[in-house]
Order: sequence, then structure tokens, then C-alpha cells
Amino acid sequence: MSLDAHRCPNGHLTYPGHTRCPVCGEPQTGTVDLAGRTGTVVTWTTSTATPPGVRQPNHLAVVSFDVDGETVRALGQLTTGDVAIGDAVRPVYVDELRDPDAGIRERASQAWDGYRFEPV
Amino acid sequence: MDRVAIVGASMTRFGERDAWIRELLSEAGDDCLREAGVEATKLDHLYVSNMASGEFEGQTGVPNALAHDLGAMPAYTARIDQTSASGGAGIYAAWQSVASGASELTLLVGGEKMTHRSTAEDTDVIASLTHPVEYKHGVTLPSFAGLAARRYLHEYDAPRESLAKVAVKNHRNGVDNPHAQFRKEVDVETVMSSPMVADPLRLYDFCPITDGSAALLFCPESVASEYADEYAVVTGVAGATDTHVVHERADPTVMRGVVESSDRAYAMADRGPADVDVAELHDMFTILEVLQTEDLGFFEKGRGWAAVEDGVTDRDGDLPVNTSGGLKSKGHPLGATGVAQVYELYQQVLGRAGPRQVDAEVGLACNVGGFGNCVTTTLVEAGP
Repeated sequence: MSLDAHRCPNGHLTYPGHTRCPVCGEPQTGTVDLAGRTGTVVTWTTSTATPPGVRQPNHLAVVSFDVDGETVRALGQLTTGDVAIGDAVRPVYVDELRDPDAGIRERASQAWDGYRFEPV
Repeated sequence: MDRVAIVGASMTRFGERDAWIRELLSEAGDDCLREAGVEATKLDHLYVSNMASGEFEGQTGVPNALAHDLGAMPAYTARIDQTSASGGAGIYAAWQSVASGASELTLLVGGEKMTHRSTAEDTDVIASLTHPVEYKHGVTLPSFAGLAARRYLHEYDAPRESLAKVAVKNHRNGVDNPHAQFRKEVDVETVMSSPMVADPLRLYDFCPITDGSAALLFCPESVASEYADEYAVVTGVAGATDTHVVHERADPTVMRGVVESSDRAYAMADRGPADVDVAELHDMFTILEVLQTEDLGFFEKGRGWAAVEDGVTDRDGDLPVNTSGGLKSKGHPLGATGVAQVYELYQQVLGRAGPRQVDAEVGLACNVGGFGNCVTTTLVEAGP
């Protein structure tokens, strides 16, 4: 498994990928795996009013990664609500982040596994 | 160029309603036509702003249904979905239809029926606008608000209570709105002790789930006096998008869609932020009202919270915001909201707002879809 940020020929990074780089419009051609890296909490929340099939409470964070001087951010669940802005976290793989059959989104239309962030 | 006039406006009572989507749309649409003394058969275009009648109720094709129920055939119809900004997008579409000459008379009706579903189901329908990498983590629109609010309070050293005061103000305004879902004042302590929903935001930082509908009637200004003695004019309207994936924004406290759409709307109206006398903003969450007051250029970035503390945005302040009670107290039937914002501005600039009346020549409405993913800004002024 990997947590892939996508890179265009000009070095811009996004997570997730897009057909064309939102910064310069070039097609994205490469990937960088963020799974083994350490990121920083930009902001976080604990959501208590969660949709069907989502854990309650649901701790969430926006995490920023520095890749060779370029910043890329990712949203993900946290393993704990005991975090603060600026904390270092690392991605931890989870095979099912929410029940794919409980919500309105078609199960086959997307992946349901991914990474939670755990304080380092 | 002939400007686009608004010659009629109506809205239903917002709240928990027994009526379903077809009945809600008909109620507002029929009221609007009756007020203007217009036969439905005179309509060239009929637009319906609605996010999700299929998902909420299993009723699709609502514009055609409305045309039949109002007797508006053979009017051209279309449904405008721009999630929570469907109403503002409908105003833009209605304006385009008249400004282009394609329609001499356009009725816009916005509506949503939501309260028959559980809060969890409604939250999921709305959260389905998110990207798969967001949706799989169970992110909701309220959790985006929690994420933005925490960063805002951290970055600008703003007191948590300043956000609560947005809710207090809008509830106070809503007491005087007969269409509002909640007509009850709350105090800061009540907001600050309400249940946590998306830390640091609590229940009273969020708008309720609502049924309701609102309507506006548009025509070229050159013929407006045929329909109404007094009318309003859409002097500026524009829309813009921001990223679909919310975390990709470099600064989580800036809503680029608000900045871009208002820049364009101001330019079209030959107005600036200092010209605005009254504003209806998209306070789906208290933090959103503060961010919009900054990104619309009313206050500098990081100081919107202080304007709330100082009473600048109160009804008797220098720039009243959400005299209607806002989404917070009036309610937020998704597709109706942007239409109802301009309903309030129409009353304000024509001096018909009763106990909510403020001194207003220029009104601005900002309608936000997603978490700022798509935004429309509309400026409304009284006719000559």
C-alpha cells in the first residue's frame, strides 16, 4: 500500500492526483509515496455528528508533508483526539476507514482503505 | 445595456414542514406570481434551484413538475444544482436568461425538503459532494468547519466566544423574521455549553436542517414598471470555484471563491466593499460568516472576529450582517437559501423589512456551496 502524492514535470505536488496539475496545468506524471514520511498537523477536529458507517467520535486532521522543499497536504482520520497543531504524525494503514455499505456513495466507485495519522 | 430587475419576491415559512418538495416549490412560486399579478403562462423561463430532491425524496424532474403545477407551460425549465449555492447559481442563471434577451420574464424558485431524514442521513447526502479521498474518512461539512475554525482561532489569536457571538447576533435578528425556523434569542453561555459537534464548534455554531422554498421574478428593467411600482435591480452577480479537495488550499482560512466571485460582482456593479449597506452571508457555520466578512473585503484578514465583538455587524451597527437571522436562525433548505438571501435584500432596499429594516441602498448576498467550493455573490440595489 502507498499514500501517493502526484507530481507534474514542474515539481508541483498534490494529494490526491488530478488529470492536470492545478498549479501549472501540465499532466501529472509521477508519484511520491507519503506513507513512510512524517508530517505536521495543520489543524484537527473531533466530529461527533457522523454519517452512517463512520466511527463516532471521528478524529480528523489536515497534515502537511515537506517533500524536497515542496509542501503537500492530506486529510485523514487520526488515531487519537489527543493532538495539537504542529504535532508530528505518521500515516498508519487501515483496511477499511468506514463501512462502504452504510452511506450513500456507491461501494464500487471508490477505495475505502487508507491511512490514519498517529502522533510520533 | 438594459439592467435586470427583480419585480417580485416570496418565501415560505422555513422549518419542519409537512409539505414535500413539489408542494414547497409551488407555494413560493405561486405566491411570487400572485404578488406581481403575473399569469404563469407569461413566463419564458422557469428555473428551480435544488441540490438533491432525488436523494432526499426520490423525486427528480422538479422543474417540469413545477411548471405543470403552476400552469407555466410551455416555459423552458431547468434545475440548477450548485450544492448549497444552488440558489445563488439560480440567480446567476436567471440574470443570464434576461440579460441575454433569451427570456423577457423568468421565475426562479429555490427549495429543499430535508427534515423527514435523520440528521446522519442528511449529513451523508451533503457530504457526498466530497472527493473520494475525503469521503472515505467520514469527513462532513461540519467537520470542515471545525478544521477551519481551529486554524483560524490559532492563527489570529481570536477568542472562541467571538464565534459564539455570531450565533447570538443572528438568533437575535431572527426573532423579527416571521419566516424563520427559530425565533428565539440565545446567549453566549448557551452556545458555549451546547454539545460539541466538530471541536471547537458546538451545536449552536451550526444552522439547523430545514424545509422551505423561496422565489424571485426577473425581467428587463425597461418593462419592470409593468409588473411593480417599485423594483430592485441586480447590479452585480458573479460566481467562482475553489478546489474540490478542501485540504489542497494553501491557507485554510481563505475562501478564494468568495474573493474571486465578489471581485467580479463588485466590478460589474461598479461598487466596492465600502459601498455595501447590508449583507446576507452564508452562516451555515459561525466561522463561515467571519471568513466571508474578510474575504468580501469588509474587514482585513484575521479581524472579522473583532468586528463581531465590536457590534459592527449588529443590526444597528455600521454593516448589518444577516438581518434575516441568517441560515443560523432562519434555517438552511439548501436550494432555497441563496434565493431567500436575496428575498431579504429585496425587502431591505425597497424599505419593506419592517422591524428588521436598516438604512440600505446597496445589499450584498454571498451564497457558499461545499466548504467554499463554489460561490456566488450578488449585489442588489433599489430601482431608480
